[in-house]
Amino acid sequence: MGALLQLRSQLEARFDVPFGFPKAIENNQIATGIQDLDAITEGGIPRGTLTELAGPESSGRTALLIALLSQATRRGECCAWIDTDGMFDPASAAEAQADLDRLLWVNCGGNAEHALKATDLLIQAGGFGLVVLDLASTPEKTARRIPLASWFRLRHAAERTEAALVAAGLRINARSCSALQIELQPARPVWHGKLLRGLRANAQSTVRFAQRSAAFTAVK
Amino acid sequence: MYVCLYAPGNLPLLLECAAAFSPRVEETSADTVVFDARGLELLYGPPEQLVREVERRIGIPAHIAIAANPDAAVHAARGFRGVTVIPRGREAERLAPLSLHLLECPTPIAELLHLWGIRTFGEFAKLPPLGVSARLGEEGIDLQYLAAGAGSRQLRPMEEPLRFGEELELEYPVELLEPLSFVMARLLNEVCGQLASRALAANEIRLRLTLENAPEHEARLKLPVPMLDQKAFLKMLQLELNGRPPLAPVLKVRIEAEPVKPRRTQQGLFLPATPEPQKLEVTVARVRHLVGAGRVGTPELRDTHRPDSFVMRQFAPGPLPSCDHEEAVSPRLCLRRFRPPRLVQVLMVNHQPVRLFAPNISGRVVMARGPWRTSGEWWRDDAWNRDEWDVALESGSLYRLFSEIDSGRWFMEGTYD
Repeated sequence: MGALLQLRSQLEARFDVPFGFPKAIENNQIATGIQDLDAITEGGIPRGTLTELAGPESSGRTALLIALLSQATRRGECCAWIDTDGMFDPASAAEAQADLDRLLWVNCGGNAEHALKATDLLIQAGGFGLVVLDLASTPEKTARRIPLASWFRLRHAAERTEAALVAAGLRINARSCSALQIELQPARPVWHGKLLRGLRANAQSTVRFAQRSAAFTAVK
Repeated sequence: MYVCLYAPGNLPLLLECAAAFSPRVEETSADTVVFDARGLELLYGPPEQLVREVERRIGIPAHIAIAANPDAAVHAARGFRGVTVIPRGREAERLAPLSLHLLECPTPIAELLHLWGIRTFGEFAKLPPLGVSARLGEEGIDLQYLAAGAGSRQLRPMEEPLRFGEELELEYPVELLEPLSFVMARLLNEVCGQLASRALAANEIRLRLTLENAPEHEARLKLPVPMLDQKAFLKMLQLELNGRPPLAPVLKVRIEAEPVKPRRTQQGLFLPATPEPQKLEVTVARVRHLVGAGRVGTPELRDTHRPDSFVMRQFAPGPLPSCDHEEAVSPRLCLRRFRPPRLVQVLMVNHQPVRLFAPNISGRVVMARGPWRTSGEWWRDDAWNRDEWDVALESGSLYRLFSEIDSGRWFMEGTYD
């Protein structure tokens, strides 16, 4: 057994791959890790299509996206975060146990057009398990201007590459192009003494015209 | 046969002279050079004539010796003045009068031999091998072989460092990038061919453009993984030149590649797919061209308590993490940072913020928690010292505010989401 372990460590040092038996990625969804939310979305965020998260500020959109990022990176998938307004906080992602080494962050500096083009390029390149298009702080007027054809193109690219494409915004923008829509509403912040301890949020998903609701708490 | 040149303080001259006779040259020490003279008899005749020719070419007083093995030649050159020719089979006889210190024995063996009264190569070579083996071990036997001129080591020839580069001087100055691309494609084709012929890849490509009446333009592509894809290199160089074009027409193009061993990876059936390195590198270069340098990559947190402190490094996903991905992690409340923090006016009542005034964000504060004092790196010009607050507005939004202790100004650091 010792010789086997020694051989394995030598091979690992020589070849850039782990020598083990990781579990197969058999499902076509990325679980959020939030039990109630996974239940109403029938297992999590689907791969190979477009999912939209919508909600106002402080409704838990980023918490949900980072939960997804954490789940995907911890199972070894590479992820891309196209950050339209440059508001991504790496420290928050690290606290949520996301593996930052497997994250490609694109800071578009407030340019939604660049964000769309970058998303298109990265999703066409293939190999990413999760691609996040973060329009969560983009003005509603700008996000509304994105033509349906662009959303359709992104969804089509996601279908080909089997990536889970998730777009977050203030409102639902892609409409019929998204296979799953999750609308979030802030319920109440959780205070404990002199500390902000978390945020309670309500989520409503629309899958194939069926609406379901769940609630979750993002803790600080 | 091997020729040894010995001349203290003249190593470059010795190397140059040796290289004129043979491509297999060993730099034995700072004053000794040995080269392989096998086959040179066809050019220069018997060994005596060869060493005379070497003596004539070297042009300085040097000890020159020729022998059947490199060690015998080295000992003869170091021990005898002028030119020494040792015929094959007579090494022991010719080396016999040499002093034993030329053998460079380890100190314990040298002291022992001195105690025994052994002073020359010949005396050492005459000792019975069994006795030497019993008293001095394997090392003693090896030394005795050398003393008898029967060394059998191979020459360790110097190897020129491999350089992979091509250049082309243009007949007329090129002003547009498109015709320049054709030139770069041709040069890359040759460089990639050179690398491929030695089963190597590149981890860095350097482009040097000599410009008309302007300083040299240099572009450097650092690749996260070794690659050998001519089209990808060309595309990346084009994107680089599009983003940072040369300031004047181009007169000369030079492309160099840093050779490395190619990447060997083994894919697994059950491993998650990762982006193809070549394709990814071109895609990242395109995205970088779109959004600007320094805005694409992997964030790496710095080991400090300074807020929002990270560096952006090249995206190069490593081996799979070893952590158990089945472990559930509860969702975390995350901050969305304003970069730079937004200046905000805060109305304070009883040391509590009650209202915020900022462009697009204003409202009554319904809940505020704080202040939390953070400070650090006071010895630097950019030290921070501030009081932080978590506030909820009546709109339901949660923000992190801070007031700078020194200036008294308030800023909005981000929104919790």
